Amino acid sequence: MPGDGTLDVRIDAKAFAVPGSAPQTVLRDVGFAAFPGEILALLGHSGSGKSTVLRIALGLDRDFAGRVRMPRGRIGVVFQEPRLLAWLTLAENIRLVLTDGVPVPDVADLLDMVGLPGVADRLPSELSLGMARRVALARALAVDPDTLVLDEPFASLDRRLAAALAVLVAERARRRHAIVLLATHELEHALAIADRILVLAGHPATLAADVTVPDRADPRALDALRDALLERFAFLGTDA
Amino acid sequence: MPIRAASVLSLLAAWWLGAWLAASPQMLPGPYRVVAFAWRELSDGALPLNIAITLARVIAAFAAAMLAGSVAGYLAGRSRRLDAVIDPWAVIALNLPVLVVVVLTYIWVGLNDVAAVLAVTIAKAPTVFVTIREGARALAPQLEELARVYRLPLARRLRRIEAPQLLPYLAAAARSGLSITWKIVLIVELLGRPNGVGFALNLYFQSFNVTGVLAYGGAFAAIMLVAETVLLQPWERRANAWRRHA
Repeated sequence: MPGDGTLDVRIDAKAFAVPGSAPQTVLRDVGFAAFPGEILALLGHSGSGKSTVLRIALGLDRDFAGRVRMPRGRIGVVFQEPRLLAWLTLAENIRLVLTDGVPVPDVADLLDMVGLPGVADRLPSELSLGMARRVALARALAVDPDTLVLDEPFASLDRRLAAALAVLVAERARRRHAIVLLATHELEHALAIADRILVLAGHPATLAADVTVPDRADPRALDALRDALLERFAFLGTDA
Repeated sequence: MPIRAASVLSLLAAWWLGAWLAASPQMLPGPYRVVAFAWRELSDGALPLNIAITLARVIAAFAAAMLAGSVAGYLAGRSRRLDAVIDPWAVIALNLPVLVVVVLTYIWVGLNDVAAVLAVTIAKAPTVFVTIREGARALAPQLEELARVYRLPLARRLRRIEAPQLLPYLAAAARSGLSITWKIVLIVELLGRPNGVGFALNLYFQSFNVTGVLAYGGAFAAIMLVAETVLLQPWERRANAWRRHA
């Protein structure tokens, strides 16, 4: 039985209404638990339901059969779209989510950490999509979260920057002993930082794999896992 | 700006020409006569007093209509159930002739300032309601989700997330509201108050004093025009600024 600090997601079925026809089931029997300090990567092709799983985990979608328990504590989120407030500066966007009890971080430092030095006083309209996503990541990290939910946070970033940010997220999460739930279609991001890899596949999507990532000090074991996953889920080898 | 000035000058010229052609100061006095009359009324204090009284009623009714319409509009925009309750009332109020509202309010509440302000509020609030309801319906659900996930306090949600999105709608409602409010206030005063610009207009109408009607009507319209240009238009521009950059 998972404890208070555990993220526990059990989705028996999730369907979407389709006008003029029967509801379409998109997820079936998707269940997993994540423990403090654990990084879970949720992989799947585009449209496989990764974002839906995240929305359900966050309590934003309650129209499903099953149950979800979020751990106590603060939550940091990066949605697929940056969701920055157009009328606030980037610094104000970050400070917006700080609530009582959260140590006030240095916003300039946070922005610097995600590769955006000297932009704190700019408006979101002055940023590219990739930059806006990084601000959203800085905002999520600003609350010093106990649970970090990330939906394709490294999309539209170049590979080197994406890899650096993935490592940054992992370091911060491990230091804080936080749970990270990362939805991505990039197998390499998952292999770089995750403790476990979950794969959504099929129609409706089910949890087709839930594997533990081996010690990264053993590159051969990592390569073997990569090969096994690519062999079983060919879509992981594409940018879909 | 030069085009605007030229337009105002051409209006004055047309007025002056019309007065000259009419050749009857009783029917259509020229600008000079009207300004001279207004100056006399200004000197003896009657014009400033009546304008101040009307202005106070306009401000009270405008504030009450904005407050009532905004609160009801916000609630209806956020809740289908509340909208189903409030909407029929708003539709009836929107289609009720202002004159009917004024007469009934005077009969039921009495010939006093409370009735005057209440009548204007009832007549104006429904249009504010409709505008703000649209604004509340257009609030971005993505930002609401963001607020929920980060468990933002209600006051912060309203102030930092919802208010900026509603501000352009509030500004539009205020701008159109002010121009309608002061016109309704004049009718209300004309029908049942012993002072104010509307009362003065009625007085000069009874004595067929077109100069007086134009002096009072023009003076008050000028003040409202200044209020709109100096206060409301810049505020509306500021309220919409983030939309232009978004």
